Amino acid sequence: MLSKKEKKLIKEIWERLTPVAEDIGSDALLRMFASYPGTKTYFSHLDISPGSAHLYSHGKKIVLAIAEGAKDISQLTVTLAPLQTLHAYQLRIDPTNFKLLSHCMLVTLACYLGEEFTPVAHAAIDKYLSAFAAVLSEKYR
Amino acid sequence: MVEWTEQERNIITSIFSNLDYDDVGPKALIRCLIVYPWTQRYFASFGNLYNADAIKTNPNIQAHGTRVLHGLDRAVKNMDNIKATYAELSVLHSEKLHVDPDNFKLLADCLTIVIAAKMGSGFTPEMQATFQKFLAVVVSALGRQYH
Repeated sequence: MLSKKEKKLIKEIWERLTPVAEDIGSDALLRMFASYPGTKTYFSHLDISPGSAHLYSHGKKIVLAIAEGAKDISQLTVTLAPLQTLHAYQLRIDPTNFKLLSHCMLVTLACYLGEEFTPVAHAAIDKYLSAFAAVLSEKYR
Repeated sequence: MVEWTEQERNIITSIFSNLDYDDVGPKALIRCLIVYPWTQRYFASFGNLYNADAIKTNPNIQAHGTRVLHGLDRAVKNMDNIKATYAELSVLHSEKLHVDPDNFKLLADCLTIVIAAKMGSGFTPEMQATFQKFLAVVVSALGRQYH
């Protein structure tokens, strides 16, 4: 359940992160691969070594999608419809992995924003990422 | 038996030797109570936890946060025998405090975030992975004596 205040905060934060989407995204992915090696199995077709072009472009894609959803959270199901189909029928990433990436995304945000990543901001973004992951897996079954 | 490489041991001791316990401990507990409000159920006797500001300024929470973080010292000093080290504390959390062991992971995640915020980019993916491995062992040990 997200309050108006939280939605505004989430929107503002992800707007700020859009220009550095590549850095944020690739950092979160690298953290996930380091802490949860099983997640690497979904990337056997890409070069996911630190600094690789694939890592940056993929990280950017993910962060931009999250930022897009943040612009109007009440419309999340509409905004994510194409990605829902992609994940359900093509990528078929086990949804437990969404939690792992979300956690690493929060760590990246903490490193990037420092003290500004307050408990209130952390709570709001954690809730948003949970909602995002839930919508993403809606078409799975 | 949990195996630790030389590098992992160094990472853990280095993180803890650079910690301000009076700052990080309370911050982690405060964050846990705000991000996962249901954890407040264990602190009914601590006074006002009504909103984020009340939690942040509550002296009981401050003191408790520091105590909990010092509790991790035992694991740092006994990395090869964390399970035995926490046997007593596990019984305490189960029999006396009645804490759902799922909560240990929530606090561990908040501690990771607090340290990440402090260290910035210095908290590399490798350090995060090692730190999380360490906390996972602690969390497992604390839940071990539940029955």
